Amino acid sequence: MKPAASEPQTKPEVKPEAKPAASQPPTKPEAKPEVKTARSKPHRKPEGKPEVKPEAKPAATEPQKKPAVKPSDVIVDEKVEVVKEEKPVADKITIGELHLSGCTGCLVTLADNYEGLFKLLDDYADLVYALTLVDVRHVPEMDVCLVEGSCCLNDELSVEELKEARAKSKVLVAYGACAAYGNITRFCRGGQWNQPGHEAFVPISEVVDVDLYIPSCPPCPQEVRNVAVMAYLLLRGNDEQKQLATAYLTPLMQLAQRGNEACGCDLMYDVINQGLCMGCGTCAGTCPVRAITMEYGKPNVNRDQCIKCGACYSQCPRSWFNFDVMNNYEAIMGAIKGAMQ
Amino acid sequence: MDVLGNYKSAISARSTDKDILKKSQDGGIITTLFAYALEEGIIDGAIVAGPSDEPWRPEPMVATSKAELLAAAGTRYTISPNLYLIKEATRSYGLDRVGIVGVPCQIQAVRKAQLYPIGMRDVDDKIALALGIYCMENLSYQALEAIVEDHCNQKMESVKKMDIGKGKFTVYTERGAVSQMPLKLIHKYVQPGCNVCLDYVGNLADISSGSVGSPDGWSTVFVRSMKGNAVWDGAIAAGCFETKPMDQVKPGLDLVKKLATEKITKNQKNVDARKTVGLKADGTPKGLRNPYESP
Ligand SMILES: Cc1cc2nc3c(=O)[nH]c(=O)nc-3n(C[C@H](O)[C@H](O)[C@H](O)COP(=O)(O)OP(=O)(O)OC[C@H]3O[C@@H](n4cnc5c(N)ncnc54)[C@H](O)[C@@H]3O)c2cc1C
Ligand code: SF4
Ligand code: SF4
Ligand code: SF4
Repeated sequence: MKPAASEPQTKPEVKPEAKPAASQPPTKPEAKPEVKTARSKPHRKPEGKPEVKPEAKPAATEPQKKPAVKPSDVIVDEKVEVVKEEKPVADKITIGELHLSGCTGCLVTLADNYEGLFKLLDDYADLVYALTLVDVRHVPEMDVCLVEGSCCLNDELSVEELKEARAKSKVLVAYGACAAYGNITRFCRGGQWNQPGHEAFVPISEVVDVDLYIPSCPPCPQEVRNVAVMAYLLLRGNDEQKQLATAYLTPLMQLAQRGNEACGCDLMYDVINQGLCMGCGTCAGTCPVRAITMEYGKPNVNRDQCIKCGACYSQCPRSWFNFDVMNNYEAIMGAIKGAMQ
Repeated sequence: MDVLGNYKSAISARSTDKDILKKSQDGGIITTLFAYALEEGIIDGAIVAGPSDEPWRPEPMVATSKAELLAAAGTRYTISPNLYLIKEATRSYGLDRVGIVGVPCQIQAVRKAQLYPIGMRDVDDKIALALGIYCMENLSYQALEAIVEDHCNQKMESVKKMDIGKGKFTVYTERGAVSQMPLKLIHKYVQPGCNVCLDYVGNLADISSGSVGSPDGWSTVFVRSMKGNAVWDGAIAAGCFETKPMDQVKPGLDLVKKLATEKITKNQKNVDARKTVGLKADGTPKGLRNPYESP
């Protein structure tokens, strides 16, 4: 077993205590998610139990409402045993990627984690389904299904596979802007080679319920990595790790509830018109097609250039800002870094 | 979290660099720290509020030399969308270690970009030093113009320094004139987004600084993160700053705490008031969007 008590636990641990000793090489760096605030005393609990202290808000604030949406929590109880029977390495979660009408940029993004991807696959997740990367033809059971691309309603197989993926996964993620918001496929009106008859493309949430969004075109390798680590903690972690993962994933789940239409206009409708913009410049720095400029401290969107990827709004600190997670940024980033070493 | 955020130490400090002190707003903390970090290779460049083609309108800029840092020193009391360059700094500018200065909401944006890097590819671990400056409120450029030109009766281009302190907005001109207006008259010009802001002293910065709490020409400094601590210790060892313990300066930390509490209490009320601002058909209140609850 790990020398939990004696080790100086500077590195956060993202493994559940229950992990069998044999599966863990002794040289593995300790990594405990000590989600502590910067001022907390150097003293650590002897057991190395991760601490999650969501010290949410400054003064006189009412406690942050906990997620209205926790589909995964419910399903965990039902299905977790099934997976354990099927997989040789019981504590990994299973992840798959369903490829619909997307450009494969999302899949490549996963690989853009480079050695981080190997680490993910070694320790936290088995990739059980993915175009070109995994030799499996039919949608299998999986814990997390990343769906890339929008769904073409004129393509029966797309609709069927999407429904199958929904039925067979615990957490269904709209991975990337096409799956979440339609993105560039919003502009498709048919007549293109080599499938001129394919003209109706919808965000996947028109066809199935979606648990979580990872917007942007392409998405960001570090974001999908963070979601994968948090999904692992949610499904395999102890109570405190689950709590952290839930807090982290909540806004991304709320994004999925918010709707499937995105545009730079969201900055107008839901930030500026609402009196919430403070001119930080994040939106303009985020936009993958540089459709946003800052004019006298406020974003100006070139709407013809906007591809409807949803990155600007979700990255804006005034779309959401969850103090319970952000106040612990140092520890959480340390935990993720530790998990990746 | 306390209104002052988590910090390892609070110090009153002033730069030992005379060139910096000539141009800086207060104790020259920000410019000196970046200059030190550049020198030591802790950062390859820093995103600061650079000059633009209009007087007192800042334009975000990547500074890679002390000369550039000096050109951007001093406070402009209007929005400088520094986050605009955060991804670009790692791309066109090719920086692997980025420094950035910002008001508290901008530091919040930095942390969100690191924790939820949705559209921020390869940025998260390249943020090497995030420095915060305290902020009570901010103004659009047009609002600043109205204050300086209409209320203080000075031309923007003739102004040498602007400062907020002791309940007044003060404008110093090149020719030695001093114009003032009471701070409370400024409130109608404050950008709306500031009214829901719940951070005064850059709680999420590696190191944050402002004038309040320390004597004129000195700054109050909070050293917050592990990274910030290492940089601060290094800068002290290199002789970059003179320091005094906070409990030996006037007006001291109590004033910082008082102002922080006032700001956050007032703005928390604004956040809460948004929940019941409207009216539903059934007679119950209808609310506006609350970014602290959901997107
Ligand atoms: C809008 C605003 C409100 C402020 N309110 C308070 C307050 O209530 N109490 C208080 O104690 N201090 C306040 N400050 C901070 C204070 O004015 C000084 O900026 C701070 O003390 C740093 O001074 P310095 O001499 O250490 O920094 P310097 O060495 O002068 O460097 C200042 C740095 O800040 C950057 N900068 C200048 N203007 C902006 C801007 N608008 N946005 C982002 N970066 C900018 C510069 O490019 C430079 O790098 C405020 C600053 C701003 C911009
Ligand atoms: S990211 Fe949000 S708060 Fe910042 S400038 Fe853009 S719209 Fe305004
Ligand atoms: S403005 Fe840019 S970031 Fe925002 S939705 Fe359009 S393309 Fe995406
Ligand atoms: S008051 Fe808050 S929101 Fe407004 S500029 Fe300052 S830090 Fe940003």
